[in-house]
Amino acid sequence: MKSASGTTRKSIQKISPIDVYKLLPKTNCGECKEANCMAFATRLVNGELFLSGCPPLFTEKYARAREALEELMEPPVRAVTFGTGKNAVTIGGKYVLWRHEFTYHNPTAVAIDVHDQMTPDELVQRVGSIAQFTYNYIGRTLNVNAVAIRSVTKDPAAFAAAVRSVAGATDLPLILCTLDPAVMKAGLEKARDSRPLIYAANGDNWSAMADLALEAGAPLVVSAPGDPALLRSLVRTLLDCGVNDLVLDPGTFAGAGLPETISTFTDIRSQACRQFDELFGFPLLGLPLAVWTGDEISEDVLKWKEAVLASMLMSRYADILIMHSLDGWVLLPQLIWRFNLYTDPRKPVSVEAGVKPFGRPDKNSPVLVTTNYALTYFTVESDIKAANLDCYLIVADTGGLSVESAVAGRIFTAESIATALKDYSIAGLVDHTTLIIPGLAARLSGETEEATGWKILVGPKDSSGIPQFLREHWRTEH
Amino acid sequence: MTQKNTDNGQNNGDFLNLAPRILELLKGVNQVELENFSMNIGDLDLFIPSCSYAAREGSGAPAACPPPARARPATLVPETYAPNLTEYPGRIREVTLGATKVGGGSRGKTVTIGGATTPAYADRLRLPPHSPVIALDVFDMPVSLPSALKAHVAGVLDNPAEWAKMNVEKYGADVVTIHLMSTDPLLRDTPVSAAVRTVEDILQAVDVPLIIGGCGDPKKDSLVFSEVAQMARGERLVLNSVTLDMAEAKLLEGVATAAKENDHILLAFTGLELNSAKELNRRLYEFIPPEQIIMDLTTVALGYGLEYSFTIHERARYAALMGDTELAHPVISAATNAWAAREAWMKMAGKYGPRELRGPIWETLNAVTLLLAGVDLFLMMHPAAVFTVRDIIGQLEKPAGSAVPPAIDWTGVPL
Repeated sequence: MKSASGTTRKSIQKISPIDVYKLLPKTNCGECKEANCMAFATRLVNGELFLSGCPPLFTEKYARAREALEELMEPPVRAVTFGTGKNAVTIGGKYVLWRHEFTYHNPTAVAIDVHDQMTPDELVQRVGSIAQFTYNYIGRTLNVNAVAIRSVTKDPAAFAAAVRSVAGATDLPLILCTLDPAVMKAGLEKARDSRPLIYAANGDNWSAMADLALEAGAPLVVSAPGDPALLRSLVRTLLDCGVNDLVLDPGTFAGAGLPETISTFTDIRSQACRQFDELFGFPLLGLPLAVWTGDEISEDVLKWKEAVLASMLMSRYADILIMHSLDGWVLLPQLIWRFNLYTDPRKPVSVEAGVKPFGRPDKNSPVLVTTNYALTYFTVESDIKAANLDCYLIVADTGGLSVESAVAGRIFTAESIATALKDYSIAGLVDHTTLIIPGLAARLSGETEEATGWKILVGPKDSSGIPQFLREHWRTEH
Repeated sequence: MTQKNTDNGQNNGDFLNLAPRILELLKGVNQVELENFSMNIGDLDLFIPSCSYAAREGSGAPAACPPPARARPATLVPETYAPNLTEYPGRIREVTLGATKVGGGSRGKTVTIGGATTPAYADRLRLPPHSPVIALDVFDMPVSLPSALKAHVAGVLDNPAEWAKMNVEKYGADVVTIHLMSTDPLLRDTPVSAAVRTVEDILQAVDVPLIIGGCGDPKKDSLVFSEVAQMARGERLVLNSVTLDMAEAKLLEGVATAAKENDHILLAFTGLELNSAKELNRRLYEFIPPEQIIMDLTTVALGYGLEYSFTIHERARYAALMGDTELAHPVISAATNAWAAREAWMKMAGKYGPRELRGPIWETLNAVTLLLAGVDLFLMMHPAAVFTVRDIIGQLEKPAGSAVPPAIDWTGVPL
């Protein structure tokens, strides 16, 4: 449990706001937009704010305190940034093995590959598709983060040309992939100042790759597939060479090598977070595209396997993934799972119950009801907003259960709906007595009419159907 | 600290032991007085960090560290690796589903789950004694299913016994779940006797262990479970499920006693809350041995809260391995809940692919995610998902030392 300077490291859960406060300026200057230094300290140890939020710390006066704070707050898994500007991606920076111990930071970056045998047109087209792959999930835009350029030709000129084409076509960060230092050098020359991630230094080429990484000021992947001892040697050696921004590739093996892959990823992350092992304290690279190098020939099977492997690697600590499939059905579950895995598990499952107006509702606007499970609520909210509907949404207190579970568990009932109507004085908001209940609560409609005296319309099973439902039923039936 | 002197001086060993303390001193962390100590400055090859060692923050800019002022290694610095093998004090109980003739039942084979001593697949040397298994669903009345699921069961939708048979013979179900959905008072309110007959039919049709799914109404379920338990005495059915609602309605004792007296398993269902799970188990221990209890901690669909399920399973398993016996039960997951997510069944823009693929991959990933969190039994439906999950379990349980394919330089593979 020793840090770089030999002091005993504390896990993030054991650092108290007082530990941090003692080192802050204690001037309550408010530059961080918090009420005072203690409030800042509290949010800092909660992982909600970072040291960069306290400008005075970065003045000469507080240099010593800042260093001490940086050491105190240093995550056991180093944060590594590649790319520049608004699309720069930071990976790693993990404090804990399991998300319930704290929360995960820096969502797994997803990169899609291109290669130098593609024509400039093909490159530009594929890069365009990569950048345009987005999905609106509960009001957030999910997207892919980077482009990995592979050298298939092993020809420096061809690789340089491909890098130039891609760099010209996108602002997404790049990963340059070749084990040949001469080819890498040619590629790096076309990606100057863009801080690409370099793949990779291995047991044979590490010295030349170290030079290239230092010269380019770019982070370097350390690759030792299936050989954790070599991985450690390489990390030690590269640190000694002065390359500090490293990413680990312990090897991704599909099929027969899957158990080694999963247990090695787990062990590396576990030693970093539990033992503060320095050599394993770097972001992990997972390679779902490894499935494409096997002897399977059916494209759909390969995509299917890649989707499964990507998801497993993400659950098991991968901080960055390089994938080949650009199919929506492969990527969509990865991007959604990433979003979910990186939400803060300390945040409650429920949202506040009550009534929410959307748009500019008037006395004739529809009234809908849903439950206060956070994801149910955000889904309904996002669908209502996307369609610019004017309506009232009653958020019934189901203790944070979804509609289906709350109906099954007899928590979302005719009585609880009647109580919500009364508690939130819905009768005073509108001039009608028609309530739209979720399709998944259809079986409650009769009882609810009796319990409330309101006319009940059974809405769609999925809130994506609300706009159409209102168009078809609201004017005519209420 | 990356302290490594490349020159092979005699005093290196001693120096290396001292180096961390010297660095501490230089950083002013604390004061150390050196006594009876002397050395030549030539012996020193110190790396004094002159800037932040790392970009330490989520949003932090990369730190520009100048290279260290010392000789860079000419060859690889040797390091060793030893996997971290944690011994856990706890162990998950083993629960056997189904009973053969010898065991007092009529099943052709039994299925044992549980027994884990480590977090799932974290340890290559201590594989779990029993592989996770898959139960396939059957419903006792027509249900509305997404088209991708319906396609595979269209011919048997109105014949639970045939459906069960197909699940075993065509898709290799280890266990069959019969959901007695029609007993719901808000649906068909089928009488208890009819539910018992349905279970009898399924017991006749297949010889794998059965899970008996209720309708969710505590009162009706307790009646159905008690009758089914008596009829199928000795079969070690899983009664799915008993809840704290049943306890509140004073129905738990009846069901639990019927299960104990007739040798069945109880599935204790709670909603993503470990204290509730522990409380329900404690109440059950009054009536039935812990070896006859498995848990359902709730499975939510990917995109609709799978992370809550994932984390609750990781927490439960870790707590159990650390010695919390109230959580040391095998766990099941209804992977079919994945189909609640709109992304699994809805027609979407072309770039998101056909729902015929999105649906089954959703069910697959729901299951595989919770497999990594320690789930012992999955309730599933789509054949492609079943096939994949079985394949993954098979891969993950290959003993250590099995042949691993060589690493391929993927950077140069034309795709």
